[in-house]
Amino acid sequence: MNALAIKKGSSGKSAYNLRNPLGDHQETHTLTVLVDNEAGVLARVIGLFSGRGYNIDSLTVAEVDHLGHRSRITVVTTGTPAVIEQIKAQLERMVPVYAVNDLTVEGQSVERELALVKVTGAGEKRVEAMRTSEVFRARVVDSTLESFVFEITGTPEKIDAFVDLMRPLGLEEIARTGVAAIARGA
Amino acid sequence: MSRQMTGAQMVVQALKDQGVDTVFGYPGGAVLPIYDAIFQQNDIRHILVRHEQGATHAAEGYARATGKPGVVLVTSGPGATNAVTGLTDALMDSIPLVVLTGQVPTFMIGNDAFQEADTVGITRPCTKHNWLVKDTDKLSETIHQAFHVATSGRPGPVLIDVPKDVQFATGDYVTPEKSSTGHYAPRTKGDIDLITLTVEALEKAERPVLYSGGGVVNSGLGASQALREVVAATNFPITSTLMGLGCYPASGDNWLGMLGMHGTYEANLAMHDCDFMLCIGARFDDRITGRVDAFSPNSFKVHIDIDPSSINKNIHVDVPIIGDVGSVLDDILEVWTARGRKTNSEAVAAWWKQIETWRAVKSLAYKNSDSVIKPQYALERLEALTKGHDRYVTTEVGQHQMWAAQFMGFEDPHRWMTSGGLGTMGYGLPASLGVQIAHPEALVINVAGEASWLMNMQEMGTAMQYRAPIKQFILNNERLGMVRQWQELLHGERYSSSWSESLPDFVKLAEAFGCKGIRCDNPADLDEAILEMLAYDGPVIFDCLVEKHENCFPMIPSGKAHNEMLLGEASTQDAIDVSGAVLV
Repeated sequence: MNALAIKKGSSGKSAYNLRNPLGDHQETHTLTVLVDNEAGVLARVIGLFSGRGYNIDSLTVAEVDHLGHRSRITVVTTGTPAVIEQIKAQLERMVPVYAVNDLTVEGQSVERELALVKVTGAGEKRVEAMRTSEVFRARVVDSTLESFVFEITGTPEKIDAFVDLMRPLGLEEIARTGVAAIARGA
Repeated sequence: MSRQMTGAQMVVQALKDQGVDTVFGYPGGAVLPIYDAIFQQNDIRHILVRHEQGATHAAEGYARATGKPGVVLVTSGPGATNAVTGLTDALMDSIPLVVLTGQVPTFMIGNDAFQEADTVGITRPCTKHNWLVKDTDKLSETIHQAFHVATSGRPGPVLIDVPKDVQFATGDYVTPEKSSTGHYAPRTKGDIDLITLTVEALEKAERPVLYSGGGVVNSGLGASQALREVVAATNFPITSTLMGLGCYPASGDNWLGMLGMHGTYEANLAMHDCDFMLCIGARFDDRITGRVDAFSPNSFKVHIDIDPSSINKNIHVDVPIIGDVGSVLDDILEVWTARGRKTNSEAVAAWWKQIETWRAVKSLAYKNSDSVIKPQYALERLEALTKGHDRYVTTEVGQHQMWAAQFMGFEDPHRWMTSGGLGTMGYGLPASLGVQIAHPEALVINVAGEASWLMNMQEMGTAMQYRAPIKQFILNNERLGMVRQWQELLHGERYSSSWSESLPDFVKLAEAFGCKGIRCDNPADLDEAILEMLAYDGPVIFDCLVEKHENCFPMIPSGKAHNEMLLGEASTQDAIDVSGAVLV
C-alpha cells in the first residue's frame, strides 16, 4: 500500500473534496484593504496569503492618508468562491485592517496599472514601436538613439497587449506597478 | 498627568494596571532591566521556569484555569524562538497570552547582534498580533493595546518585542484608561434575524444536536450557564469537542460524550444523522468532521462563532451567526421564550430512543485485565478517586489524552487543559504548573504519556522551587502509543521509531528532583497507589506501567465519515484506505 502514490483529486472519497455549494470554478477578484500604515503590515498580509496557500496575481500598496497613517493595499487574487470568501474573512480579522472591499462584487470599478517599457532597436522596428505606442497612448519618457522608455497606463490586459506587440520590436525590460483600483460612482 | 519612568518600570506598571499578578519567564541579557524592575516590587510574582517553552505552556494553563490572560517574559533570540511552540499552541486553541520579549538595542537591530533574532518576523504567523516598540513613549500604550487584542474577540497570543535601550530610556507612562485601544473591536452581538431563523429551525427540529466547543469556555461562565439552560429547556442532546469539555457537565442527562475521531459512537452518529445542528463556539476541525463530503449530510446547520473566518471554512453552514456565544445563546433563549418555548418534543423523544440504541453499544468498553493495568482502567480509577476534589486536569498529547477525555468527567469549564489544535507533546507538565500557580490549594493532575512527559520534564524543577504540588500521572507504555497505533493500522505493523528503548527510572527521577515517585504495575495495587499520590503534600511523579499495545477506540479512521467508526480491534482490518492514509 503506497499511500502517497494517489493522484491528486483522483478519488471521489478523498477527505479533501469539500462539499462546496458555491462551486469549484476559479474566479479572479480585486480586493482593497485599508490598513494601519505600521511596520510589517504588508508582510502580515503577504504572509497570510502565502501561509494559507492563497494566490496573489497582483499586489500594490501605498500610504493614502498621511495624517491618519493609513495605507491602501490592492490585491488581485484567484480562487474558488469559498476561498475568496475565506480570504476576505481572514483579512478582515487582522488587527491593523480597517476595511476590506471586494471591488469585483461591489458594483463597477476602475482598475489601472502603470508600466515602464524599454524597447531598443533601430530603423523600421524603432519607427514601428513609436507608431504602436501612439495607438496605445503610451508616452515616451526617455529616449536615446537606440532606445525608448514608454510609460503606459491602463488595465492589465491593455498593458499585456502592448508588451506583446513590443516583444518583436526589441523589448528589453518591463517595470509594472501592479493594479490600483477604485469603485465607480459616489 | 503623565508620569515619567523608564521603559522597564513601564512594563511592570502596565502589567500591574492590567491586573496581572503572575508572570512566567526566564531572564537573559536583553530583558535584564525589566527583571531589575521586577526585583524592586512585590505586586507581581515572577515564576522562573526552566525553559521558555515551559513558560508559554504554563501561562496557557494559567489562562485556561482563570479566564485571565497568561503573561510571559523572555529574552531575545533563543528566548523568543523557544516561545514559538507555545505561541502557536495558544493561537490554535484561542488562549489569551501576552508575551514580552527582550530585543537587542534598536541601534543594533539588523546587525546579527548577539542573541538577536527577527522576533516579530518569526512570530508574525503564530500570534494574533505583535509589536516591536522602538520608542519608550509608546511602550505603555502598546502593552495596554496588547491586552485588549489578546482578550477581545477570539482570544489569542500577542507578543511585544522591547529593545533593551527602550527599557532603559525614560518616557511618559499612559494608564489603561487614557490609552487608545485602537480600532480593533470585533462584533459580539449576533444578528437578530439570523437568531430568529435559528429559533424557528430549533422549534421544528426532529433530530437536533448541540455541538459545543472551546469558544464556550472562552466566552466566560455566563456562556456555559446559557448553554446548560438551552439544553435543559429543549431536552436536546449535546456533545462537545475536546476543547469544550466541562461547559455542559459530563454528569448531565443530555450529555453524549465527546465527538470526533475518538469520540463516542452516540455522539458521532447523532452528528451524522441529525436534522438540526447547532454548533456553538467550535470550528468544524478535521478531527471533528472526518470526511467532509459525508459530514452530517442531511442537517440544517447553524454556526455561532466570534471569528468570521471560522464560518464556512471547512463546512458550509445554513445560518452563520457571528458573535460572542454567551450573548448569542442569551438572545436565542430570549427569542425562543418570547415565542412560547416550543420544541417538537414528540420527535425529539423518538430521537432520544434512537440515541439510546447507539449508547447501548457502549463504545468506550474495553477488555480489562487482572494482570496488567489497562490505561482506560487507570483513568477510570483516577476519575473515581478524585471526583469529589477541587480538581483540574491537564494532559500531554496522544492516546492518554484521548482516554482522559473519554474516561474523566468534567462538570465545569476551566477544569480541563489540553493541547487540541496544535497537539503539542510536552504541553501538559508546564500547563499543570501554571494551573497550580493559579490555584495553589486545588488538586492539579497532568495525565501524561511517558514520551510526551519527557519533552518538558525539566519543569519539575520549577514545581519544586515554587512548592506546586502537581501530580504527574504517567501512563507508561514505553511506546509512542498513538504513533504505534497508526503504524499498526496504517503501516503494516512496522513500528518505526515508536519505541523508547531507554527510559529513565521515573521514581529515581522524582527523587533526583526532590519530589515523590510512585510506581505501580499491578491493577490490584492501583487504588492504593493513587491514594498515596493524592495524600502526598508535594509534587508526585506517578509511573503507571500500563498495557503496551492497547489501541484507542472508538476511532473514525482518517478519510472516513462519522458512521464508519471502528469500535474495536476486530474492525481494524483494512480500515484505512489509501485516500485516508495521506491525511494526518
